[in-house]
Formats: sequence, structure tokens, C-alpha cells
Amino acid sequence: MKLSARLVAVAAVLATAACAPQTSGNSASDKDEKTGTLRVWLFQEVNNRPKEEAVDSVLAEFEKAHPGTEVTVEYIPVETRAQRIKAAFNDPGSAPDLIEYGNTDTAGYVKDGGLADVTEEFGAWDEAKDTDPTARQSVTVDGKVYGTPYFVGVRALYYRTDVFDELGLDVPKTQAELISTAKEIRAARPEMYGIAVGGAYTYGAMPFIWAHGGELATGKGGSYASAIDSADAREGIEAYTSLFGDDNCPAAKCAGMGGNDTVTAFASGKAAMAIGGDFSHAAVEAGKVKGKYAVVPLPGVEAGSIAPAFAGGNNLGVLKSTSHRTLAVDLMKRLASKKAQGALFDGMGFLPTFSDVREQVAAKETFVKPFVETLAADTKFVPASPAWARIDASLVLPTMFQEIVSGKKSVAAASADAAKKMNEAFGSVG
Amino acid sequence: MSSRAVERGRVRVGRGFSRSSPRPWGGSRTPWLYLAPALVVLGGLLAYPIYQLGLISLFHYTQAQVSGGEPTTFEGFGNYAELFGDEQFWQVLLATVVFAAACVLCTLAVGCALAVLLTRVRAVPRLALMLAALGAWATPAITGSTVWLFLFDADFGPVNRVLGLGDHAWTYGRFSAFFLVLLEVVWCSFPFVMVTVYAGIRSVPSEVLEAASLDGASQWRVWRSVLVPMLRPILVVVTIQSVIWDFKVFTQIYVMTGGGGIAGQNLVLNVYAYQQAFASSQYSLGAAIGVVMLLILLAVTLVYLRLLRRQGEEL
Repeated sequence: MKLSARLVAVAAVLATAACAPQTSGNSASDKDEKTGTLRVWLFQEVNNRPKEEAVDSVLAEFEKAHPGTEVTVEYIPVETRAQRIKAAFNDPGSAPDLIEYGNTDTAGYVKDGGLADVTEEFGAWDEAKDTDPTARQSVTVDGKVYGTPYFVGVRALYYRTDVFDELGLDVPKTQAELISTAKEIRAARPEMYGIAVGGAYTYGAMPFIWAHGGELATGKGGSYASAIDSADAREGIEAYTSLFGDDNCPAAKCAGMGGNDTVTAFASGKAAMAIGGDFSHAAVEAGKVKGKYAVVPLPGVEAGSIAPAFAGGNNLGVLKSTSHRTLAVDLMKRLASKKAQGALFDGMGFLPTFSDVREQVAAKETFVKPFVETLAADTKFVPASPAWARIDASLVLPTMFQEIVSGKKSVAAASADAAKKMNEAFGSVG
Repeated sequence: MSSRAVERGRVRVGRGFSRSSPRPWGGSRTPWLYLAPALVVLGGLLAYPIYQLGLISLFHYTQAQVSGGEPTTFEGFGNYAELFGDEQFWQVLLATVVFAAACVLCTLAVGCALAVLLTRVRAVPRLALMLAALGAWATPAITGSTVWLFLFDADFGPVNRVLGLGDHAWTYGRFSAFFLVLLEVVWCSFPFVMVTVYAGIRSVPSEVLEAASLDGASQWRVWRSVLVPMLRPILVVVTIQSVIWDFKVFTQIYVMTGGGGIAGQNLVLNVYAYQQAFASSQYSLGAAIGVVMLLILLAVTLVYLRLLRRQGEEL
């Protein structure tokens, strides 16, 4: 009886193991055709026309340089990009050759086996040496390069010049001043938030952690360990969460806000300050506060310093399954070249990833100056681990901030819990 | 006639029927032949996905495995062990059960009350009530949730203005956020109960109701002692339907509490599974949650049916 039960169990295991769930054969293609059709997926932006024009001029040159090739570009909606790109990895047959992707996804896509290693081509590309180090880091996993940076996005401090003038306030030079200024404004103008902050606005909170010397995680390659509960990081968390409360941004309203909500609050005149990106410019210009605001780099802890900012942005990458590898890499370099990135900036306002090109555009367009200064000072990136996607998706950091600002947990307890969850995620990806 | 006598009588009738029918279910393949199309459809649309769900839950299966970046490994019940070892899972499960129970009770109460009301009012108000209910029913959950959220918006919502609550934030507190979602869930699911029960009441012979009222039974008494026993099969169906729906609530929570509320305080099982399975690409863990949900719902349904059978009701 015992034996037969065991036999059944073994048979059951064998049966299930034999019919494991499906996986796609996403191996590197051994073909490298020099003609044919290249398929490209780029993100559909809110106002996409200028982007299409910038891309089209690159495509025209590319097709001229490679007779017998044709490029079809599809602009995919940003909201569903994760599903689309995962589907492309699952089904190499209908996948594109070249994609645009968010730079926090790099490590995850590499682990998924979706992106081709282009270390050699990137190294041999003469323009690559001017790529700024953080942008380079955002395409690098374990020392190998999996694409080229396409543009960067960075956040700085938007503030209302009219409110500051009326109240006779100076632009804050340190984070301590930032906090006290915010509270002064709220005291004088109770209908406004001093600075709009959000419990779910992770990228707005990170500069506070970094400015106090904290890190999200330490380590390299596959072995990260969370550092969110270190003493320095806790000071940063303390500083950021001290902005939630009736004396600045009431927790009942602000705990649930994300980045867009804070920008909306600022644009509609409900906040005297906000942490917004260069990409938020259009939204703010379209709001009530047009002409009544200015932007400066977010201050650090020391007077005159700039808080390290998160270097967001997008990359271009060649899919491992492409059967036109050489052509796809060439197209990638052309799309991300200095010239093309300059054109993209002119059309869309996206900041170039080359330090020298960025200096040039900052001289042309004064609006981007504080953002370029921020990028020049110091930028940081999320851990280049595939676990980051999971940490991000399971809302580990927003949960931590929300637990603190709603008074459910102390900074120490919440950050210790977050560190535990992060380490579990880091551990699970090996 | 006591209710016990009714039961006995019914059982006897049933037995007599089965004895008199010629060779029921035995020997012949004919019933299977008739059932075949339905079985094929059910097998394809129900059994196979459930089989896949169970299968995936036994493997380590994330995006890297799907797209072939890493080999798939057999985990046995590793995903279940991880799930049951997760403190948050138990909190979410408890919240889901309590929330679903509250939703079911409120939906049934509102639906039945309005169904009775429908039988008592004149044509025009009845039509108006029907149309309003059908409108709520036809509204997509995502639209309904957004509208309710706007009604209760802290700054611009009419509810705060009417109640004079200033800028009270409804979605901040755990219970007030759940309450808000409960209102929306009841609003969009009571019409089904109301229409079904109303149809049931309409099919009750009017003599029975007349007799009850001649005996001087109150409204409540008529409902309790006449309508409920006669409508029991219908009430069973709407209850089970509501249990399943409300246990699986996703859209309302996802939209109205911004994906699970402040620090995940309003997570229910389905949103939690979504976070784990799709947003974090841990398909195998998500599948394990799916299997657990399936078993819970099956258990609830079976226990409920069993209780009814013990009371002598056949479905």
C-alpha cells in the first residue's frame, strides 16, 4: 500500500515534469541577413509627431546606406509596453529587431534573455566615449553592454516665483532650508502645499536618501544587498517623510500621490514647489502657473550642493532573436547618434545622453539648464539587478513611505521591513 | 401542513419519479452523446486552463523562463510554501474574506429589498427604478469606479460638499476606503440580484400571496415565510454568484485605491495575485494564488450547497 502510494507520487511528478509549461526557444539567431525588413518598436509619446520626424530622417539615411533594406517603425503605447515587450520575448517569430525600453528594465530584460549583447560594437563606436557614465551604467549589466542610451530624464525643483516674491522667501540652498521654507509657505498660504510630495513618488524621494549618503542597495552584478535601512538612508527617509503632515502636505492627501499627482498639483497652482522632471515641462506650461515659476537643481545637504538625482530615460536595444543583427546594430547607433539625439531634443525636449551634446543644447535652451546642471553634478541609478523590476512592481518603497507617513510604522521598522523584502527579491534572482 | 411534511412529500415524489423512469443513466451511451458538445467546450475552456494553472504553480516560472532566458525548474509545492509563509498573504486573505462577505450581504439585502419594492410600486416608478438599475449594471466597472471616486474626491467631490466634510480624504483610512469600494461594488452588482429576484417573485402564484395577506401576515412575514422558501433556488444562485464575484473583485480596488491603498492596506487577493504574477512577472507564484482562490471558492460553494441539501432542498 505504502509502495504503491509512493509509485503514484513518483509517476505524478514524472508526468508533470514531462509536460512542463511552455517556454519559447529564444536563442540567439544564427542568421545575420544583410537585406530585408527591419522592424522597430519605439514608444508612443503624448505628442509624437516631432519624434516621428526625427526618426524618419534617420531612417531615410539608413535605407540609402543599405540598399535592399526597409524599416518599419511601430509606435507602441507606453502603458502596455511591458506586455508588448514580454510578448516579443515569448514569440521571437513576430518580435521586432530593435526596441526602445525604459532604462530601469535593462537588467530584467537581460535576465529574460531578450536583449543582445552589443559590448563589442558599443566599444568600437567612436561616439560612445562621450556617453555620460550614468547613462552607460543604465545599459550595462555585469560589465556587458546591452544597448545604447537614447535620452535621459532627470528631476529638479520647480518653484513659484510669485509666491516666493510675495512672501519674501529665498530659494532654498539646502534640504533643511527646503523643508523649513515649505512649512513657512504652508503657514502663510494654508490653501497650498509648501512642496507637493507623494508617498508613491519613489523617484522624488530617492534624491533625499542619496543626498544624506544613503543607498538603495550596495553590491554589484548578481549579489546586491539592500541598504535602505542604513543609518544614512534612514536620515534621508526621515527628511522626506517629514514633509508629510498638516504643516506641508497632509498625509491624508499626499500619502497616495505619485509623481504625476505632485506635478499636477503644482501645475494647477495647489503647490508652491514640486520635484518635477524635464519631461514635466509641457504639463506645467499647460497649467495655471505658466510664467510664474522657475526651476533650480534640488539642493543637497550642504549649502550649494546638488542632491544626486535619479537618471531616468530610455535606451535602444537589439533583440537577441533578430536575424538582422548587423543592420539592427547599425540602425541603433544611427538612431542614438549625437546628431539624432540633438534632433530629438529639438523636437521633443528629451535630454541627450552625450555630455557634450547636452552642454550644447543647454546653451540654446535656457529651460534645460538646471536639469543639465543636475546631471553634471551627480546622478544615480537603481540597482542593475533583475530583482529591481519585482521590487518596483510590488511597491516595496511606496509601501515603506506610506507606512511611515500614515503613522503605521516608525522609520526604523518600515525601512527594516523594506530591506527584508528587497533582499528577498535580490536573493530570489540568484 | 408543517414544513417537515412538505419535505417528506417532496422526497417521496422524487423517488417515485426516478423509479418509474425506464433505465435511467444505465447502460446507454446516449446521455454522454448529448453531453459531448458541452463537455468538449467545458474541457477546452475550463479544464485545460485550470490544468495549466495547476501545472505552472508547481514550477519556478517567471518571465526569464517563459522567454527562454533560463531553464524551467520543477519546484513541487515550493510556490505554495512561499505563499503560505508570507505574512502578507494571510492578511490579504482575511481582508478579502471579510470584505467579500460584507459585499455579498449588502448586495443581497439591497437587491432583495428593491425587488420587493418593485412589486409594490406603480408602472412609472418601477420603470424608472429598473432603468436606473440597468444603467448601473451596464456601466463598465472601470467607469463606475472612476465616477464614484470622483463623487468622493477630497477637493472637488460633491459628497464632501453636501455633507459639509471639508476636504476629508475617503481613501486614506483603511475602513473608509474599503467602505467606498463596497458602495461601488454593491451599486454595480445589486441589479443582477434585484432583477433575478423580481422575476422570481413575479412567478410566485398570486393566490399564495393573497392567502398570506388574508391571514394578516405583515410584509416582512410574507417575505420570510412565503417568498424566501419559494425563491430559495433563485436565492441560492444569486448568493453563489455574488460570493464568486465579490471574492474576485479586482477593478474597483485597483482603480479606487490606486492598486491596493496606502501601504497596501486595501489589497484583496486578486489584486495581490496581479501584483505578484503580472507586475512582478512571477507567474508561478501568481498561479499558486489562483489555485488557492479556486479551491476556496469551490469549498465555499460546496459547503453552501451541502448545507442546503441537508435542509432538504434540491437544486
